[in-house]
Amino acid sequence: MQFLQILIDGFAISSLYGIGAIGFTLIFGVSGVLNLSHGAIMVMAAVAAWAGAGDLGFGPYGGAAFGVTVAVLTSLVTYGLVVRPIQTSTRIAREEREIFVLTGTLLWGIMLQEAIAYFFTSNPKTVLPLIPGVVSLIGVRTPAQEILTAAVAWAVIGLLWLLVNRTKTGRVLLAASINPRGLTLLGFEMSTIYFYVWALYGLLAGIAGVLLGAFLGVSSDNVGQLTASAFSIVVLGGLGSVGGSLIGAYVVGYLETVTAYLIAPSIRTIPVLLLLVLVVYVRPQGLLGRR
Amino acid sequence: MKLSPVRALLAAAFGLGVTAPAFAADPIKIAVIAEASSISGAAIPNAAKLAADEINAAGGVNGRMIQIVDYDDHNSAADAVRAFQRAKNEDHAVAVIASYVSEVVLALEPWSGRLQLPMITPGAASDDISHRVHADYDHLKYTFHGYLASTFLSDSVCDGLKTIAIEQMHAKTAVVMSEDAAWTIPLDAEYLKCVPKVGLQVLDHIRLSPDTTDFTPVFNKIEALKPDLIVTGISHVGVQPTVQWHDQQVPIPMVGVASQATSSTFYKDTNGAAEGVIYQTVSAPDVAVTPKTIPFTKAYEKRFGITPAYCGYTTYDEVYYIADAIKRAGSTDADKLVAALEKTSWDGTIGKVEFYGRDSDFTHAIKVSPEYIGGLLVQWQSGKQVTVWPTNVANAKMTFPAFIKLPAK
Repeated sequence: MQFLQILIDGFAISSLYGIGAIGFTLIFGVSGVLNLSHGAIMVMAAVAAWAGAGDLGFGPYGGAAFGVTVAVLTSLVTYGLVVRPIQTSTRIAREEREIFVLTGTLLWGIMLQEAIAYFFTSNPKTVLPLIPGVVSLIGVRTPAQEILTAAVAWAVIGLLWLLVNRTKTGRVLLAASINPRGLTLLGFEMSTIYFYVWALYGLLAGIAGVLLGAFLGVSSDNVGQLTASAFSIVVLGGLGSVGGSLIGAYVVGYLETVTAYLIAPSIRTIPVLLLLVLVVYVRPQGLLGRR
Repeated sequence: MKLSPVRALLAAAFGLGVTAPAFAADPIKIAVIAEASSISGAAIPNAAKLAADEINAAGGVNGRMIQIVDYDDHNSAADAVRAFQRAKNEDHAVAVIASYVSEVVLALEPWSGRLQLPMITPGAASDDISHRVHADYDHLKYTFHGYLASTFLSDSVCDGLKTIAIEQMHAKTAVVMSEDAAWTIPLDAEYLKCVPKVGLQVLDHIRLSPDTTDFTPVFNKIEALKPDLIVTGISHVGVQPTVQWHDQQVPIPMVGVASQATSSTFYKDTNGAAEGVIYQTVSAPDVAVTPKTIPFTKAYEKRFGITPAYCGYTTYDEVYYIADAIKRAGSTDADKLVAALEKTSWDGTIGKVEFYGRDSDFTHAIKVSPEYIGGLLVQWQSGKQVTVWPTNVANAKMTFPAFIKLPAK
């Protein structure tokens, strides 16, 4: 029974980690940005969904849509207000821009975190479940919301695959991650591509945030942990690799779940960190990373 | 700080850094150090300002107004220490009301001694706060423990369990589930003594990290043991375990210390998952523990839109009895104030506040007994906090959500 429980819980949490990390790695792959405000954008989505469903009276579905919309807008503001001005600044040396973007997104994330804590307190919020109640899944009592979380996560991953492989916009995004200079030579405007990728990222981070808010609940205090978790997953999977991030998410999700069930919940993240150190030593490019 | 011409002249004459003498009309400053962004933390400055405004409206203390100087410590001991130093050296506070987090208060305690600035905590619980005063009275006598020490919290829960768990639920077994923090070390030690004494066999004792977000493995482990009850000791966590307990339909009632549940926003924060949760407190919005309890709750709710968290009640009382001690001491001198605070006998919102003396292991902790401060067990029912124990003040019977399976009689 415990094996089945680990299988189900690990799958749900890994799927959730997956969509959050795919967005994170997508931004890095296409625009070379490590967005350290990632956790803050996820929490913004969850808190907005909570407020939308409750105070603003949008109901569970309206609240969830509101949360995702807020995440998309926040993502675009992050790009327009923080990332782009640094990338286009003539006063910052080209070789220093990456570190400036890193610092800029980190500080922006802290600002968002403080703003959430100021307006909504740092007490955790839980998004109203889209489907309440429990169902028995292969003999394990499982919240319906947990099944929905995994299903939505996989539907999103499927749609993303279709977008990248079956649409022109998706192919352009893929090309941008491989050879941005080539795309510019073909006449594509990189700023438009960046706009799309940040919007797409906001959508993914928003869905992940809302699902996490409904599944486990989040607070502004979780911002750093969520960014660190996405960072660990993409480093494990290989920076910029969507497939690698997905595999990384399942490795991290299951390793955490197994640790929590079989050893102790209080040390659930420790083995992941040890694995990360090992990966950095043995295979620094990650599981599927390019060098 | 803007200097008046007279003070500026004094400062110029005696050199910068020399404290200007207090004038009769100068306000008496009480510093408040708390985490502003948490529900429990925010209740501390809110309640302090409410009390100060009431005291000032009634003429102040010997003609001087009370001024609350409010610092946000972001739940960081380092920030709290900086705020404490600033309160003494720059803002010239005469007393400090500090934090609901034991780790923060334990970090401030030596500073209270070094800077000789009286400090009272309205919400931290660790026994060490008062044990340290007992062990090193001459240096640490400036610290007062204005909330129940952890051991007393456990005893209060156990007193309630005798009635609600044994007599009413017919429970026989329990699992103790606490977060890993300074305040729960003595809490758990006492739980493990007093829970069996009331007739409940403790099947397991689980300590969880305050950083835990997924409580599924914890609840699974507990459920596998088939206890009749989960006895809680949680403060840093609250919303998430409660929501997951509800969403996963863990069929075991939760009773114990759950600080976040004391605020009226808890029901909304958990989307109603709090239904059925029973928590220990010293005051509740629906019970006139003293004639001051309900008027304070109403005034707080009117001004801040929510009912006070547990440390709101204690803070409100603390401002009053600090003012009372200053009146009795006829001075804001730290040693005289400590001597006056030690003689406190104040009828507050939580009961009669008096402190244990130097001979007790719990020096400067508030006295706990039905005569002074007793405990209540309050349950969330249909979005309201209703008292279910002690039976003489209870105004509702326990009810649980349908997924809870109570032991057979």
